[in-house]
Amino acid sequence: MSTTTRIRVLDAPSIDRSLTRIAHEILERNKDLRSVGLVGVQTRGVPLARRLAQRLGVIDGQAPPVGVLDINLYRDDLSRISDHPILRRTEIPYRVDDSIVILVDDVLFTGRTVRAALDALMDLGRPRQIQLAVLVDRGHRELPVRADFVGKNLPTAETERVDVRLTETDGEDEVVIVRVEGGKDAREEERP
Amino acid sequence: MRLESPHLLGIEPLTPGEITLILDTAEGFSDIAEREIKKVPTLRGKTVVNFFVEPSTRTRSSFELAEKRLSADSLNFSTSTSSLVKGETLLDTLRNLEAMSPDFIVLRHSEAGAPHFLAKHGRTSIVNAGDGAHEHPTQALLDAFTIRGKKGRFAGLKVAIIGDILHSRVARSNIWLLTKMGATVVVCGPPTLLPRGLDRLGAGVTHRMDEAVEGADVVMMLRIQHERMKGGFFPTLREYATFYGLNAQRMKRAAKDAIVMHPGPINRGVEIMGDVADGEASVILDQVRSGVAVRMAVLYLLAGGDREAAPSER
Repeated sequence: MSTTTRIRVLDAPSIDRSLTRIAHEILERNKDLRSVGLVGVQTRGVPLARRLAQRLGVIDGQAPPVGVLDINLYRDDLSRISDHPILRRTEIPYRVDDSIVILVDDVLFTGRTVRAALDALMDLGRPRQIQLAVLVDRGHRELPVRADFVGKNLPTAETERVDVRLTETDGEDEVVIVRVEGGKDAREEERP
Repeated sequence: MRLESPHLLGIEPLTPGEITLILDTAEGFSDIAEREIKKVPTLRGKTVVNFFVEPSTRTRSSFELAEKRLSADSLNFSTSTSSLVKGETLLDTLRNLEAMSPDFIVLRHSEAGAPHFLAKHGRTSIVNAGDGAHEHPTQALLDAFTIRGKKGRFAGLKVAIIGDILHSRVARSNIWLLTKMGATVVVCGPPTLLPRGLDRLGAGVTHRMDEAVEGADVVMMLRIQHERMKGGFFPTLREYATFYGLNAQRMKRAAKDAIVMHPGPINRGVEIMGDVADGEASVILDQVRSGVAVRMAVLYLLAGGDREAAPSER
C-alpha cells in the first residue's frame, strides 16, 4: 500500500502575487509591449498566459495577444508511450515572425516540454526572441533550459509530484506537492 | 483514452468513444494545412507502406500527404508494380513487405477481408484503405468529421445515402458509423443496387429518392462505379439520372440547411447535377480537406509505441 501526502505550497493569494510580479518583470524587460505576444502551453499554461495578459493590460494600458500551443506532436517520447495524448488545438492569433514571444507554462521540470514548445513555435514562424515564464520551477532539469520569469522556486524530490490547480481548469487556485510513499519516479509520469 | 486495436480494419469494431477520439484528434491536425510549414515531426523515423492492389488516386494521395505531414517515410506499391500479377500470394507479399520492417501497411484491396488477413498473419499495424465492397473506414471517418464540423452533432440528424449501395464500402462504413453515433440513416437506390439485410445494420431502406431526401440534414451521393457495372443493373445512365440523380429540384425537399456530400470522383449529370455539386450546400471539397486531417489522426493514434507498456499520465 502506498500512502499519499499533499502539502499546499501556494494558495490563491500567493499565486496572484506571483503573477503580478511576473507581469512587472515582463514590463521591465520588454519596454515596448507592442511587439510582445504570450503563448500558453496546453493545458494549464493557457489560463496563466491569459491572466498575465490581463495584468499587463491593467499596468500598461494594453494587453498583449494570447496564443495557445499544443506540444504533443513534438514530444520526444511518442514512440515510447502506449496511448498518445489527446491532441488539442494550436492557435496563435498574431504573427510569430519578428515578434517577442513569451512562452507560459505552469511547471518547469525536466525541460523537455519547453524543448518541444520551442520546436513547435519555430515551425510557426521566426520569432525575434522567445522568453519563458513559469509559475513553478521545481528543478531536476534534463536539458539546458532556464526560465526568464519564475513565480516560485520549489525544491522537490524526484519522486514527488507538483500539481498546479487553477480555477479555470480545476475549480480552485493552489499548488500542491504530492508525495507518494513507494511511488514511482515522477519523471516517468510527467515526461516530457 | 486510446484505440483498443493496433489496426484500423473497419468502423464496425469501433466504439462511439473511439470514433469521437479519432474525430477530436483530427481537429488538432486540421489547422496544419493552413500553416507555412505544413509538417510536424511526430512520426519521424516511422515507415509506412501504401499497398494499393486496386486503382486509387485520391485515397492514396490523401494517405501519402498525411504521412508526409507527419514526417513518416512512405513507400508506394500499386497493382502494376507489385508482384501479385507475377503470381505471388498475399501472404508472401506480406512477408516480403515486413522484411523491410515498416510500422504501418495501408492496404487497398479488391477482396473483402484482405486487411484482416494481413492483420492476423503479420506484426505490422494495418490500416484498411478499402477492401472490396466491405469497409472503407477512413472515408466514413472523414465524412463524419465533415458532418460534425458543419452540424456540430450526430444525434437526431437524418442522413440519406443514395446510389449504388451494393458495391459501396463507403455506404457500409458510413451506416455503421452514423448509426453508432445516433444519426438516422436512410439508404436509397434501384432494387438491383440495394443488397438485402441493410435494415439489420440499422438503416431505413427505400427505392424512392424523394422519400429519402425528404427532410434530410445530409444528402450523401455515391458514385456510379462504371467499372463494376457490367451486370446490367439499370437500363441506361440517363434513366438512372432521372430517378436517382440529385438535382436542385429534389434538394428542395431536404432540410433548409442540408449539406450535400460525395466521396468523389463525381459523375456530373449522372448521380449529381453540376449546379448541386458546385452549389452552396455542397461540402465535397471540405471532405477532401478533412481526409488528410483524419488520416493523420488515425496514424498518430495507432503509432503509440509499446502497447504492453503502462499508459502515460499526460
